Formats: sequence, structure tokens, C-alpha cells
Amino acid sequence: MVEQQVISRETGIEDTQYRWGFELDIKSDVSPRGLNEDIVRLISAKKREPEWMLEWRLKAYRHWLKLDSQGPQWANVEFQPIDYQDMIYYAAPSSQSDGPKSLDEVDPEILEGFNKLGIPLEEQKKLTGVAVDAVLDSVSVATTYQEMLKKAGVIFCSMSEAVQNHPDLVRKYIGSVVPYSDNFYATLNSAVFSDGSFCYVPPGVRCPIELMTYFRINELDTGQFERTLIIADEGSYVSYLEGCTAPMRKSHQLHAAVVELVALDGAEIKYSTLQNWYPGDKDGRGGVYNFVTKRGKAQGRGSKISWTQVETGSAITWKYPSVILQGDDSVGEFYSVALVNNRQQADTGTKMVHIGKNTRSTIIAKGISAGRGNNTYRGQVKMMPTAGGARNFTQCDSLLIGDECGAHTIPYIEVRNPTAQLEHEATTSKVSDDQLFYLQQRGLSLEESNYMIINGFCRGIFKELPFEFAAEASQLMRVSLEGTVG
Amino acid sequence: MLLEIRDLHVSVGETDILKGLNLTVNPGEVHAIMGPNGSGKSTLANVIAGRPEFTVVRGEVSYQGRDLMALLPEERAREGVFMAFQYPAELAGVRTWQFLKASVDAVRKHRGMKELSIREFDRLLDEKRRMVRIDADMVKRSVNEGYSGGEKKRNEVLQMAMLDPTLAVLDETDSGLDIDALRIVADGVNSFRSPSKAIVMVTHYQRILGYVSPDRVHVLLDGRIVRSGGRELALELEEKGYDWVRAEAA
Repeated sequence: MVEQQVISRETGIEDTQYRWGFELDIKSDVSPRGLNEDIVRLISAKKREPEWMLEWRLKAYRHWLKLDSQGPQWANVEFQPIDYQDMIYYAAPSSQSDGPKSLDEVDPEILEGFNKLGIPLEEQKKLTGVAVDAVLDSVSVATTYQEMLKKAGVIFCSMSEAVQNHPDLVRKYIGSVVPYSDNFYATLNSAVFSDGSFCYVPPGVRCPIELMTYFRINELDTGQFERTLIIADEGSYVSYLEGCTAPMRKSHQLHAAVVELVALDGAEIKYSTLQNWYPGDKDGRGGVYNFVTKRGKAQGRGSKISWTQVETGSAITWKYPSVILQGDDSVGEFYSVALVNNRQQADTGTKMVHIGKNTRSTIIAKGISAGRGNNTYRGQVKMMPTAGGARNFTQCDSLLIGDECGAHTIPYIEVRNPTAQLEHEATTSKVSDDQLFYLQQRGLSLEESNYMIINGFCRGIFKELPFEFAAEASQLMRVSLEGTVG
Repeated sequence: MLLEIRDLHVSVGETDILKGLNLTVNPGEVHAIMGPNGSGKSTLANVIAGRPEFTVVRGEVSYQGRDLMALLPEERAREGVFMAFQYPAELAGVRTWQFLKASVDAVRKHRGMKELSIREFDRLLDEKRRMVRIDADMVKRSVNEGYSGGEKKRNEVLQMAMLDPTLAVLDETDSGLDIDALRIVADGVNSFRSPSKAIVMVTHYQRILGYVSPDRVHVLLDGRIVRSGGRELALELEEKGYDWVRAEAA
């Protein structure tokens, strides 16, 4: 990655650590502040949505009004109440107001911006073998590799396009895994979601390339509410990645996304995330509130859903990528590294709900706490009465750096079938002086020694990432911990 | 002179451990430091390597004419000071291969040599690990994790061979080894001997000295070297025990 120094235009904060903090100078079309039915209608109208979509949004909005206006309070995180009437719910680059275009029509500023982020959108300079859907603020600005995907029969486009071009698929599956009434943030998302990615892999097709969505928040005071839906039809396979960054702002930005995955008989979805939203400064000013609902339904017999996440950014992370193991013999996996530094807070984990017979799930969660960061693993494993022979293995490891940080592990286990088996292992460790001295005695600096130990701690997770991203993940850890170790 | 220690006083917290130690090591020599438990043998090894818990209260340690105590542990390592640990640390998730490559690169870079390509490194590693009978699978595992006591010690000797130091300090590398492992370790140490290098072996027993013949033997007692001699001193100790030296020193 290119070393670059970033000075935030708004705060004047010089930050050499967060290298993605620049602002793109793009004219935007933004909605008025605040949330009401008119805003929901406006978003729907901007997208020229069919009536059923608007109705669904309105149902969600009306439900949201009935909920406690502060959202769920059970997470082990602290923040000032969010004023939902002081936020902007829709922002789109003006040049994109007519929806995504072909690549040669995309605003050069936007292309340049994504280049700077290391995500070249021009297919000639492509990330080898990765199709990218780029989402800027509320809308998808470009999706690469359309032709190649079309040949394989894979649909990969923005959610807005999917609503227009594949309404039957969207209508059938949207809300089928995360209903609009699921939780406060998911409900809000259902009312105001503006874009996101949609993917459908037809029966028996192994998607020929990795699919990626790159999310970027740019506008000030804008919430980002994207919604992603991935359907893997019978016997198909898809590997999907998401990456996220945001400029440095002294105010907090809300990111409340929803991701729904559906795997039919024998299908497999591998979903990987590198989450690097702006974490805020050393004293906890600014940073993204990452309040996200991600859930997959392993609906078919022998289907498999695997989540891998590397969470290094955001001021607060609140997310629990989960799997409903409905089909017999289905498999759910969750591999996670969550790193908090300075004043960052993370309450993250997973839910594995075993419904089908002989379903299997694996949870490996690694938490790294540094600075004054606070890290909580929260995970639920539920074995329903129908889940005969189901099995779960959970391992939660925490690594502490320094003595002002926190690590917590909160497992919830519910077993309602006597033949189900569970294993839970948990460890907490510090990088020991003995380890550091050992490495130093072999010629490595204190800093190198620390990274080697931290990388070793994460190895089991990094190896689950697609090859190109494993190196990036390891680099991300280093950047996030700069100045903390050594 | 490769290493010269003069009037070295070292403490941990409030406890004085070394109380005026003197030692001179020339290139090409093998020195054995013997002594009962708690006499300060391991402290000496760790102070040379630079373990931070130990405080040097007084005295001088010069290595190749430089003040060794002024260097960070990693600087000492890069300058050619190696310590084989009595209890090597386990590094979960860090592959032995990767660890060795990073170490060798760090040391070579400091010496103005270019990094080894993966192929060159593998060739070197294959040669050295055969010498200490470490199989190819072992270097793919996490450093020292799940290694037996003997494997850990052989792995230390492997690291010494890979890093090619000038001064090797072996902290009880012979303890806990069965006879076969002892012979393997001794062979590794012997093949390292050369006119330009020196070895300081901290040991409890004279057993390894039957395989690695020392030029000098020193008896460390209560933080001081109280007697020095040739190979025969080790045999005398074996016969008469440390009480004999203690009585003589008193």
C-alpha cells in the first residue's frame, strides 16, 4: 500500500495511520435531513421502484416508529444517543442520479477516487479475477466484469438494478432471512436502504471469479444503509468479499447495513469482510457506528454458509453474522478477527441456529484489544428439538496488548435435543515478555516481534480469506496497531 | 578477545545474583560454565543476550571491543550473539519456517548481505535440519508448540546453525536429553566450532563435555567464578561434587 499522509479537511487532524481518510470532491444529490414517510417515498421514487417495494419499506418504517427510539441497549458498548432526525438518508453523486452506467460513463472523479483506494474499476487494470460492485454513499456507481458473469449465468448487480430487472427474485427472497421487523437497525435499513449488491448464482454454477462490493461513505452526516442479497441456487458456489472505508470526520457516521444469504440444496456461499471504516481519532472523536445485521440461511440439504470477517475499523462495531442451519447436513462457519485500539468498541460474534439433522457449525473468534479498546465476543448456539446429531465447536481467543484494554466473552448456549453435541473453548492471553525476548534474540525488532505474534494469533482466520486478501488483512492489522506495540 | 566480562554485578529486583564475575573468551574457544542450581549460570547467559528483567548494577561486558550492554537484544543478535534458550518460548500460529526466514533475513540485512530467495533459504534449511535430525514437517508447525523437550533443544541448535553467530551461548542445552538426542545436539555444536567463533556452554553436568570438549571449564558459585581450569576440572567436579570447590573457595 502506498504511504500517504492524510489531513482531514474538516477537522484538520493529521492522521498518518488511517490512510483512507481523504474526501472525494464529488457533487452530490442529497435528501433533506430527517426521516419521515416522505423521505421513504422519495428514496423509492428516486429508484423508480415498483409499488410492492415501496409498501414493504413503509411497513418497515411504521414498525420502526413503534420501537424504542434508542435501539437495543444490551450490547457492551457506550455511545451518545443518535439523533435520527438530524441525519441524511439519501446521498448520491449527481452524475449518477440516473443509476449505474457502463464504466466509460462513470464520473472520472469517482474512478480516480476508487483508484486511490486501491480499487481500480477500469476492467483493464482489474484486481485479478475479482468482479467489483462499487457503492459510494447511497448508490452503486459501477459493477465490473458484467460480460463474463453473464456468460456464466451469474447475476451480479446493484440492488437498485435487481429491483428493476429481477423483481421476482428480489421479491421472493428480500426479508426472507432478515425480516423487516428483525431488530431496530435492520428495520431502519428496510425502510431507507438505498442500494447494495445483489447476486444470484444459478443451479450447478461455480461462480468463475470472486465477487466484491466496495463500500465507501463520502458525504458528511450521511447514514449508509445498504442491503445485500445473495442467493446460491442448488449445487452452486460463490465467494463474495466486501471492503469498506470512510473519510475522517469529527462527527460519527451511522452504517446500518443488512446482508441476507440464501443457500439452496448443496450450495455454498463464502462471505468475507475486511471492515476498515474510519475508527475515530485517539480520543474517540469521530468514527463510524457499524451496526449491521448479517444472516445466512443454509436452507437446502447439505448447503454451507461460511462467514469470515476481519474487523479493524469503526468506532463501534455491533454485528453478529449468523447462520440458520435449516437443511439437514448443512454447515455453518464463522471465522473472525476483531481488533480494537484507542477508544474503539466492538461487540461482535455470531449465532448458529441448528434446525436440521446432523447440522454442523464451527465458530472461531479471535479478539485483539489494544490501547483503551473494549472487545466483546457474544455468540449464541441454539440446538432446536429437530436438530438430532447436530454439532458445534466454538473457540474464542482473546489477546491483550497493554493494560488499559478490555476483552469479554459472552456465550449463550441453548440445547433442546439430547443428541446434539457442543464444545466451547476460550483463552485469554497477553503477548508475553518471554515470547518477545525470544524473537528479539533472533534479530527481530520489538515491533516486528509483536506483529509476528499477533499474526500468528490470527493465522487460523487469515487462511480462510481468499489469497489476495490474506496479505491485505495482515497489513491492515499492522496499520491499525501502529504506535501501540514496540 | 571476543568477549570480556569484568567485575559484573547483576540483580533482579532486590536480589543480587552475579557478584563480581570475570570471564574472557577468545575466538575459537569453547568454555563450559558449571555450577549448582541458583549459582547464576542462566543469569549470565541471559545478561549476555540482553534479557530486560536483569539489571546490570556494575561492571563491563565488551564484545568485539564494543560495550555489549549498550545494545538492544536484537542488535546483539544481529552482531552475532546467539543464545540457545533453556526454555524456548512457544509461538502459537507462527510457523518455524517463517520465523527462521524472518530471523535469517534480519541478521543478513544487518551484515549487508542480500536476503535469501526462498529457494536458497530452503536449501540451507534442508542441510541444517538434517544435521540435527529435524524433519521437513516440523518446520511447518508452530514454533516450539507441541514439541517434545528434545525437539525444542534440537530446534535451538538448528537456529544457531541457520543464524551463524560469532558467539553462541548455550543455556543448559544438554539438560533433559536422552543419550541419542544428546549426541545429535553435541554433533551440531561440534560442527559449529571454528577458529573464528566461540561457544559458552552453561551446564549442570559434565555429561555433554564427553562429546563437546571444552578448552576451559569454570565453576560458578554464588555469583562468582571461583575456579577455572581445563577439561580435567570437569572430571574432578564430577568425582568430588561442588562442595569440594565451595570448601576450597571459602
